[in-house]
Amino acid sequence: MRQRFVDELGRLLDEDARVVVVLAAISVGLFDAARARHPQRVVDVGIREQSLLGVAAGLAHVGLRPVAHTFAPFLLERPFEQLKLDLCHQGLGATLVSVGASYDFPEYGTSHFCPEDVALLDTLPGIEVHVPGHPDEAATLLRHAVAGSGVGYVRLSESANSEAVPTAPGRMRILRSGELGSVIAVGPMLDPVLAAVEGMDLTVIYANTVRPWDRETVLGSLGRPAVAVVEPYQEGTSVEVINEALGHVPHRILGLGVGRRDLHRYGRRAEHDRAHGLDPASLRIALSHFFGVGEPVP
Amino acid sequence: MTTVHDHTATIPAPKMSPPALYEDLTKLLDLISQDQKHSSASASTVDVLWVLYDRILRVGPSSCADPDRDRFVLSKGHGPAAYYAVLAAKGFISPDLLPALGAFESPLGHHPDRQLIPGVEISSGSLGHGLPIAVGMAIGLRIQDRPEPRVFCLLGDGELEEGSNHEALWLAAVLGLSALTVIVVDNRSASVGWPAGVAAPFAAAGWEVERVGAHDRGALELALRRRPGSRPGLVVAEAAEPEMPA
Repeated sequence: MRQRFVDELGRLLDEDARVVVVLAAISVGLFDAARARHPQRVVDVGIREQSLLGVAAGLAHVGLRPVAHTFAPFLLERPFEQLKLDLCHQGLGATLVSVGASYDFPEYGTSHFCPEDVALLDTLPGIEVHVPGHPDEAATLLRHAVAGSGVGYVRLSESANSEAVPTAPGRMRILRSGELGSVIAVGPMLDPVLAAVEGMDLTVIYANTVRPWDRETVLGSLGRPAVAVVEPYQEGTSVEVINEALGHVPHRILGLGVGRRDLHRYGRRAEHDRAHGLDPASLRIALSHFFGVGEPVP
Repeated sequence: MTTVHDHTATIPAPKMSPPALYEDLTKLLDLISQDQKHSSASASTVDVLWVLYDRILRVGPSSCADPDRDRFVLSKGHGPAAYYAVLAAKGFISPDLLPALGAFESPLGHHPDRQLIPGVEISSGSLGHGLPIAVGMAIGLRIQDRPEPRVFCLLGDGELEEGSNHEALWLAAVLGLSALTVIVVDNRSASVGWPAGVAAPFAAAGWEVERVGAHDRGALELALRRRPGSRPGLVVAEAAEPEMPA
């Protein structure tokens, strides 16, 4: 997905003279070809993440369209005040593209994990959040974000679904309808969710843009007001927006995602998925229980 | 999408013709409440601001959005009374706004907001944000092949303690951003202080450094007018003691 992002961004550099790539020592080598074609518009600020966002704001200030990219915690958490003030408060736009997701490189440990990203962005106004579940979606959503004028976040991941789901940017997609309730799978959680709900009479909705939240699609497909959301970042992140959307009707919500506990573990992604209950078997148990499906719960 | 609220539409246009004389600054500062007017942060910057807007910056009330304008980035946003007085003197804002500085309905706060005040390039307040943004502006102007506009960024010696400045000043040096000139107003307000002088980190990174008195308007003009050929420039404006403008 990262390579696809690099290729698509290279094309955007070719097409739009306003686009500038701002890097902070991460992925610099991947942009060699783009840099050779556009030496001025691929800027590496070095390991200076406050400058990464400050410089992006300055570029936007003079009318350019910056795309800032590094590992998620160094893009959003370390320079959070630069995001809040230099971009959001100034009213300046940029596209922020992260790698690493919640624990894409488990061998690096907690310093490189960022399950908090989307919840953190929820504390600021007006940021569009895209969570592509496939390299093709990453390309489409990147293009959509760069074409906008505000602050957009594209959360790349090493995990991907086997097939891309065609969506209109900003809209969710109903993949199937059922009677017992709705489960919303975000980005790369789709394949594990589809495996988990095999044989269950549930509506399955796919989301790769989660802010703003597509309440129309969720409400339009709602039968029984029981909604589970399975997110590849911190558990419960979208429970509040769903709660707001369903405020007019008694409802139940289950938020599944990455737990808050610091596991102090390395290993492989699949092991972290299991530790957080995000593998198909664990998801099946949690969803069966919530929707009251007659599955034996051990 | 980030919504930009354009409050500037509600700001009354300047009614009186701009005084545009240095001597009028005192009158304008008198409109501002005592607390703000007498702040040492404001007093130490008033001559630098006057020289910039009167002699150096190629920007005026009618060219606030001109892509070829010079940019002035007030990073040290506190004590902005002198800034507002100069903006009023130069016709960016009405002097009528000055008395209500800090009020709920006033566009003028104790830290400036670019979405509320015409001509204010950045909203500031939290220290250490201006220089990285100014560096981005200078990079952007170079990308756009605009060699004329200059970017000036005003910092305080206390503000220089923020690490973000040190990221950005080295970056500006490595990139050879000659469009960028930083002014550090040194009124010895840093709590820990700079035993080697505020210019030391800039000099180490290869900036061109000049030192002038913070109230020597002639020397300030000469220093600010000079544009280094291939590297960013630093002008240290030394204000030994907080004092009121003339």
